[in-house]
Amino acid sequence: MTWARLSDDLVVATMMILALAFCLYAVSMAQRTTRQRGVAKEPVTTPAAASSAAGGALEHEPEVGPPWSERTARIASVMVVMGLVLNAAAVLARGIAAERAPWGNMYEFAIVGSTAILGAYVAGLSRYPLHRLGIWVIGLVLVTLGSAVTVLYTPVDALIPVLDSYWLAIHVGAAIVSGGAFTVAAVTSAVQLVRPGRHPERDEMLERVSYGLIVFAFPVWTFAVIAGAVWAEAAWGRYWGWDPKETWAFITWVFYAAYLHAQSTAGWRGKRAAWFSIAGYIAFLFNFIGVNMWVGGLHSYAGV
Amino acid sequence: MVDEALKERDQSKSPTPTRTVYGWGWGRWAWRTLTSMRTAVILLALLALAAIPGSFLPQRNVATDPAAVPLFYRDHPTMAPWLDRLFLFDVYASPWFAAVYLLLLVSMTGCVLPRCAKLWQECRAEPTRAPTRLSRMDGHRELSVQSDRGSVLRRATEILSRRGYRVVQAPGEVRAEKGYVREVGNLMFHLSLLLLLVGMASGKLLGFEGRAALADGDTFTNVESSYDEFSRSALTRVDELTPFSVTLDGLDAEFALSGSRAGEPRKFDATVTYLQADGTEKSASIKPNQPLDIEGTKLFLTGHGYAPRVTVRDGTGEVVFAGPVIFLPIENNFTSDGVVKAPNAQPTQLGFEGLFLPTAPTNEGDRSQFPGLIAPRLDLTAYTGDLGMDRGAPQSVYAIELDGMEEVAQKQMRVGDSLELPDGAGSITFDGVSRFANFQIAYDPGKEISLVAAIFLMVGLTTSLVVRRRRVWVRAVDSGSTVTVEIAGQSLTRRDLPPADLVRLERELLSLNKSLERTPS
Repeated sequence: MTWARLSDDLVVATMMILALAFCLYAVSMAQRTTRQRGVAKEPVTTPAAASSAAGGALEHEPEVGPPWSERTARIASVMVVMGLVLNAAAVLARGIAAERAPWGNMYEFAIVGSTAILGAYVAGLSRYPLHRLGIWVIGLVLVTLGSAVTVLYTPVDALIPVLDSYWLAIHVGAAIVSGGAFTVAAVTSAVQLVRPGRHPERDEMLERVSYGLIVFAFPVWTFAVIAGAVWAEAAWGRYWGWDPKETWAFITWVFYAAYLHAQSTAGWRGKRAAWFSIAGYIAFLFNFIGVNMWVGGLHSYAGV
Repeated sequence: MVDEALKERDQSKSPTPTRTVYGWGWGRWAWRTLTSMRTAVILLALLALAAIPGSFLPQRNVATDPAAVPLFYRDHPTMAPWLDRLFLFDVYASPWFAAVYLLLLVSMTGCVLPRCAKLWQECRAEPTRAPTRLSRMDGHRELSVQSDRGSVLRRATEILSRRGYRVVQAPGEVRAEKGYVREVGNLMFHLSLLLLLVGMASGKLLGFEGRAALADGDTFTNVESSYDEFSRSALTRVDELTPFSVTLDGLDAEFALSGSRAGEPRKFDATVTYLQADGTEKSASIKPNQPLDIEGTKLFLTGHGYAPRVTVRDGTGEVVFAGPVIFLPIENNFTSDGVVKAPNAQPTQLGFEGLFLPTAPTNEGDRSQFPGLIAPRLDLTAYTGDLGMDRGAPQSVYAIELDGMEEVAQKQMRVGDSLELPDGAGSITFDGVSRFANFQIAYDPGKEISLVAAIFLMVGLTTSLVVRRRRVWVRAVDSGSTVTVEIAGQSLTRRDLPPADLVRLERELLSLNKSLERTPS
């Protein structure tokens, strides 16, 4: 079996285990909903039960041991970790097969991008009870991988000369890493914007997660843009030329800068800041997909 | 949160002017508003939105394709002038874009400079005194130590100093603070943006960018007239371009021959010889990602294509043109178009429009099948009449003014073929095929400044986000034979206080117990 074939198989394996995790997250969601309905119908007797009915993610449950919904979600999360390992192995095998950093075309961006998203999610999961967001994050990853194997698939091949530079590994690698964190931050911000104020503790936790992820990803993204500028200087003779890809990288950067500033402005934290996180992510996503497909410019050699 | 208090401009100074001058209050209010964090957030959002139209509309001076704006004008004749009036073809040089970023920079500077002063004061002042109720602060812990107050506080001072805190020992308490470098990083980040603007501006004011296409064997001399296209800046001294000349000795291009991506470029290198002002002649290879740097002026290989070699004879049998003609590729398989002009031909001027296919299909089709040179074919249309080149208006070398011309012949030619024009007007022979290389030539004296700014920016940003500024207090109260020690801290950032320092402090202070137990034996 060749490394290229191995990588393709690992991507499929990743998708299978993530699909399973996705189903379990869905089951967990259903269990939670039915349980909450059940509690709400009964007369509320104790304050502990009342707060558990309110569904704060940080609540201590009055039952013995974690409820079934939590247990199911934990099993799903373990599967996500396995999916992350498989996905990372797929990327590694692809890199060995191609004998270069495995992010030279859209298919490769997609599989490395999903690794980054999974990585950011697992990192968040290790510190915060994020598994209720699992269904959204894993759903996104499945869509990414699904379009990778169907629409974007490209066999292993050498790079075109313009891309054949060690800056590819640095510039694109940094962009993908920050992209993973931005993605999970966008999910937490979006969930935060759905009926805010109902679960203050949940909102607070979500905000901490998005803030932490963006604080990590923003310097990495800044580095990706600077590395891109250095590469552009070496390849095209100017470090900044307002090429559509550069412009949208700039827009992304400015939106996230606005997010960080909003975080330290009285009255702008919470909902308003979350909108900036969403706006930044839309700009990021448009740069990654839209610019290649509809706008063109110097960066469009990557193909779709 | 405290971070807000830190980040918000110092608002606590009460506005109590000693005398009231009309207009002063308004000015103060305007300045306060401009430099507030809220304004900064709004301006940032505006900046992001303002950058968007430039990515959808063709732009002058920044676009890869210089013909994009004229093309857009042709396709949208009514809309284009209106967009142009709104500077939408020069978004990044437009007054409204400049207004947003200049306001943002003023707002930022107005916010950052007072904070520099504040940081300077904070670094000279002693760390803040402990709040009365330490139990309300983060990581509060209480322990009792069999020792005296003095030695507990001395020991705490020692430990905290070793951990890099600025420490002051006051009667009954130790005050410590750490992480001032966070604010240093924050200020460095913001100020480096100003430096970046200086770097970009000096490139824009003093540098230039140009393009030149060279066929095999052609020589380029670095004067403005040699450029196919030259965009100068406000202060470029065109007569002071670095003197040098470059000869293209050869171009080597390879393409993937098989697989799903057959025809994709795999390699292209140009071999050149360049001559500098001091008479030194050197040879070099220019590849994508590997430019040639001649005293700060850089040559980048940005594209390549084919230049069919033709010989044109006029009606009298004189050779009126001979050599390679650059044909510009119009698609990925290098189907290229170009023109040959012979204004000196007698009795009538001659012009040829052509399509060149490096690998012609076996049928009559007019699209190349592969980018490599396998079965070249040149499809020519010949014209006689007046080329209009003496009318004064400059003409493109890639197009013929057909107004005064008459089509007289057409032919698909292979290498070696000739096309005889009717009425003895002349002939053209397809002698062979050369390659040409496209060079981007750039001089940007501001780029080192920008690079330094980018490094400062990166270092400052990372520091300001990674370092946590925090305070730690230790209070010791005598209670009988033991000392009750209270430890607590405060995070001055949004992130939690790292517990490690407090834990260590607690452990080391408790070890005073053991050493006491051991010593008095």
